[in-house]
Amino acid sequence: MNVTVIDYGVGNLRSLRRGLERAGAEVTVSSDPDDIRDAAALVLPGVGAFRECVANSEPFHDVLVEKAENTPILGVCVGLQLMYEESTEGAPAGETVEGLGLIPGRVERLPNSVKVPHMGWNELTPERDHPITDGIEAGDYAYFVHSYCADVTGRTIASCEYGRRFAAVAANEAGNVIGTQFHPEKSGETGLKILSNFVDYAEAYHADEVAAAE
Amino acid sequence: MTLTKRIIPCIDVDMDDDGNAAVFTGVNFENLEYSGDPVEMAKKYNEAGADEFVFLDITASAEGRETMLDTVSAVADECFIPLTVGGGIRTKADIKETLRAGADKVSINSGAIENPELITEGADAFGAQCIVISVDARRRFDDEGDQYVEVERGDGTTEECWYECTVKGGREGTGMDVVTWAKEAERRGAGELFVNSIDADGTKDGYDIPLTRAVCDAVSTPVIASSGCGGPEDMEEVFVEAGADAGLAASIFHFDEFGIGEVKRYLDEHGVPVRL
Repeated sequence: MNVTVIDYGVGNLRSLRRGLERAGAEVTVSSDPDDIRDAAALVLPGVGAFRECVANSEPFHDVLVEKAENTPILGVCVGLQLMYEESTEGAPAGETVEGLGLIPGRVERLPNSVKVPHMGWNELTPERDHPITDGIEAGDYAYFVHSYCADVTGRTIASCEYGRRFAAVAANEAGNVIGTQFHPEKSGETGLKILSNFVDYAEAYHADEVAAAE
Repeated sequence: MTLTKRIIPCIDVDMDDDGNAAVFTGVNFENLEYSGDPVEMAKKYNEAGADEFVFLDITASAEGRETMLDTVSAVADECFIPLTVGGGIRTKADIKETLRAGADKVSINSGAIENPELITEGADAFGAQCIVISVDARRRFDDEGDQYVEVERGDGTTEECWYECTVKGGREGTGMDVVTWAKEAERRGAGELFVNSIDADGTKDGYDIPLTRAVCDAVSTPVIASSGCGGPEDMEEVFVEAGADAGLAASIFHFDEFGIGEVKRYLDEHGVPVRL
């Protein structure tokens, strides 16, 4: 299974690559929209400042919307936040910045009642079944670093609680556009399991496609 | 559900006589003892359930730095937990190359004291979450500080002291109060504060609780307590009494006096939230 990690100049992609490799994937790290158009599975990372992530990932927005039709995509952290419809981050009070709209929902700042950013290990609560969380149980820990989050909705696969309940793992209705608010590449065994689930899911997704064509 | 307290093993990495990166651990302050291969240790702690891993480059030479970046990458390849790298970071370019080598966060000490603007620049470019400001605090018993705390003396009486930021492993003072500096670092965008104590370092008598508490009370940024850990009771004390978010230790783990799991089970039994 070949997985393409979109390199748009943010943070450390090394662990993400290594985690996917451990899961048996061949990994291409690329910033070329043509590579992304051809990819069998995509990972949209997101480390650091949201505004920079939005601005730097801009050249890939159209191709991502196109790929969402027929390709497994995994967004990580800000990569997930970009997939929602809108975010209040970086917008004037009362307004929002438009996201890719691949997953319904809105991204908002964590409440002031807790230390922000939410940084550290926190527990996951499964909300509904999806292959991405196979083998993940209530109380498994994941590593979070974020200041914004989205509500728990019907599209939420697992939730977490920090000052409020929020979506820790979410997916679109078709199930192929998935995101994690935490960093699976930094979440020890739990995170490696999720990366491995993504690679397995992408493999099965294409196998089904071939079967359907035949 | 709540955030767990983080248990963080730390390695000091220098070049051995053959020019290879190796972990050295201070025993009784200054005697550095060879204690292993950085990559093997990263693997070991990753598997043992460490919550993060800290890699400090103590070479301080140009050739050393190149080797160290390669070693950071090799460590990052085995580290599926957050990796913080420190030592000799002075410029935005240093931050960038360290992150690109595979670090998730950089720890900056004297580079930030010499040029506080580096904190702001680093936080703006790479996000506050990856800028860790490290301070080497030393107790001073004179009237030049900004904020005083009571500390116990050996004979059981108490005395007031303030904490000075030092550089060069405590050999040089800066005259700056640690609490004042912590607030400034936070204002400039530091994502975490890494608080070392020159007085407690290597003693295994416990963390410097008044120091850690003074910093925790002054900022809302997460605080990593360091220096002096002799066992799980010391970790419990620094979390419960001082309010630290993470506890760092080196020799108790390197010399297998305690395992990470053992420390975590102790903390769990004593009501401290940890990731088991």
